[in-house]
Amino acid sequence: MTEMIYLYDGSFQGFLCCVFDSYAYKEVPTAICCDEDSVPALFDTRGIVTDQGHAERVYRKIVKCSPYAASLLQKCFLTCLPQREMRMYHLVSKLLKQGSGFLRDPSDETLYPVLRAVRHLEGEAHLLKGFVRFSQLGDVLGGEIRPKNRVLPLLRHHFCARYAGDRFFLYDRTHREVLFYTSGQACIRPLDDFQMAQPDATEAHYRLLWKRFYDTIAIRERYNPRCRQTQMPKRYWSTMTEFQDATYFTPQSSCAAVPDPGAPAGISAPETPSGFGPSAPASIP
Amino acid sequence: MDVLEKLTILTDAAKYDAACTSSGGNRTAKKGMIGNTSSSVAGCCHSFSADGRCVTLLKVLMTNRCIYDCKYCVNRRSNDTPRAAFTPEELADLTIGFYRRNYIEGLFLSSGVFRSPDYTTELMIRALRLLREEYRFNGYIHAKAIPGTAPELVEQLGLLADRLSVNIELPSEAGLRILAPDKTKEAILAPMRQIRTRNLQSKEELIKYRHAPRFAPAGQSTQLIVGATSDSDFHILRLTQALYQQYRLKRVFYSAYVPVVEHALLPAKTVKPPLLREHRLYQADWLLRFYGFRTEELLDEHHPDFDIRLDPKCSWAVAHPEFFPVEVNTADYEALLRVPGIGVTSARRILSARRTGSLRPEQLPRLGVVMKRAQYFLTASGKLPEGLRFTQDGLLRRLIAAERPAPDFQQLSLFDAMA
Repeated sequence: MTEMIYLYDGSFQGFLCCVFDSYAYKEVPTAICCDEDSVPALFDTRGIVTDQGHAERVYRKIVKCSPYAASLLQKCFLTCLPQREMRMYHLVSKLLKQGSGFLRDPSDETLYPVLRAVRHLEGEAHLLKGFVRFSQLGDVLGGEIRPKNRVLPLLRHHFCARYAGDRFFLYDRTHREVLFYTSGQACIRPLDDFQMAQPDATEAHYRLLWKRFYDTIAIRERYNPRCRQTQMPKRYWSTMTEFQDATYFTPQSSCAAVPDPGAPAGISAPETPSGFGPSAPASIP
Repeated sequence: MDVLEKLTILTDAAKYDAACTSSGGNRTAKKGMIGNTSSSVAGCCHSFSADGRCVTLLKVLMTNRCIYDCKYCVNRRSNDTPRAAFTPEELADLTIGFYRRNYIEGLFLSSGVFRSPDYTTELMIRALRLLREEYRFNGYIHAKAIPGTAPELVEQLGLLADRLSVNIELPSEAGLRILAPDKTKEAILAPMRQIRTRNLQSKEELIKYRHAPRFAPAGQSTQLIVGATSDSDFHILRLTQALYQQYRLKRVFYSAYVPVVEHALLPAKTVKPPLLREHRLYQADWLLRFYGFRTEELLDEHHPDFDIRLDPKCSWAVAHPEFFPVEVNTADYEALLRVPGIGVTSARRILSARRTGSLRPEQLPRLGVVMKRAQYFLTASGKLPEGLRFTQDGLLRRLIAAERPAPDFQQLSLFDAMA
């Protein structure tokens, strides 16, 4: 059999068309790559054209075999699993060949990597439901995250229900996407760059209050930074209010001295400069 | 005094309360109201403090002024500490401000006893009513019911809050008499009984009438202090079991006693809080609630305390060799749950996976079974995991080593052994 690399447009429909074409051409691709990040390779390539009709046919067939597999594939497509397209491809072809029985066994070698990636995605989305920090910018709430997986579609329902009567946006800096919500309508759009505005006086005050609360709530005798880091890995800290440095708590238009954000008697949270890797945690003073 | 200063004082005074959960509510968003309660079973943690505890609610006291003089408490009247009180408006502004920025899931309101239990509860009700009715807050509220409050006030509090809790604090009446002379067992249990009865009643009414008012829909919880008195783990766990069964509590929290004051009746200030003991109690608590264990199986009069080196489930397994090995392909769910290293999730996965074919030992880690513990207690298709050899004597040692990868070992001397 010849080696063949499939190039598709990076959408879920595009992936379904890869499945369709591989059956049409009676071949198994060696790899499935997105157009954008394709590099010249020794193997032949085949550009896959996204056809809405083909995608729908494949999707209907998958749902018919197993609705569970369909939702699993949709979620897996959002993960950061290396070679996720090929793993998903193998899952689909196994499903079509053997039926849905093997989906009951989470240790199945085709299913296991996909399941793990989806669990990682769902775990990250669950954590971020809590760890996202919004700022009041005029009459809009704005937040920023740097997740490993594309979690925005999973966060959408949660935050739209929470802020049903509000307007907000949530920017995913890793994948350069943004979730907008206003008056009952939500959408996810690509957005290349974005800078968060400086806080006004009220916003800065609430940030300060929160930091003070956070530093005070810890019990010194129980200080356990390892436990904290297990529950809340450091890669989330860079977008969280409690780990920012003093400038984050200074309002835009005033040069007046603000009170020190840390609590005098509490355990001050270590600062992580935004945009860089996590710094080493400061020890208790 | 400004809000920042008040927040500092009243947070500092509230931090010893262990409960901080937002689970159990399932109120969806309502038009014209702010927020909802978390739809996830586990609630939603918004941060973790430097001691590794979850922060999900704005945990503050209404006031830290207190007429009681409980020996173990930072807010007792004889303690020289700055006192403050929130106004209902300040508290509501804080809650809404924090909630909108996704800092918190809701409010945990407790209070020192100011003037009298009734007066304090009225203050809390006023604050919560303002928050619910004027500020239209629809998120989670956990309120503390103070022992000795009139039932009518507890009733009002329960209609405003999602979860109520009454802290037992000291696990025995004797401890209560010595350390908290202003509280009695009866005064603590009365509101707990009332909350249980009203909660059940409200659930019944909801079946008949869709818009019946909900009384504490997320149930009630309590807290026990561990290590302030000489009560054994057996005593504490038996009390816990009774609370779950008779009072239908959602959670019992344990709080390792942090010495805040030098007192002849309490552990010295230099004593470290018994964190590992607290951890073992939580593990046992989970065994009671999700694994079908009973207190009497885990501990008895001759072994009143947990082995600090080993988790309760492993301890039980080591003491009951007749129950093992469990064959994963044929054992029922209850038997699987008794194997150390198999939890609720992995047991369910085993049940599902073995319908497709018989399981082999090398599949088990991928099903979520923690083999470093489970391997000694199970077989798969009649086989032990490859290359595993152990004796019943070595088992305990190996399990302890598995729990602590880097033990603080002791240099043995040849001559010590001879002496």
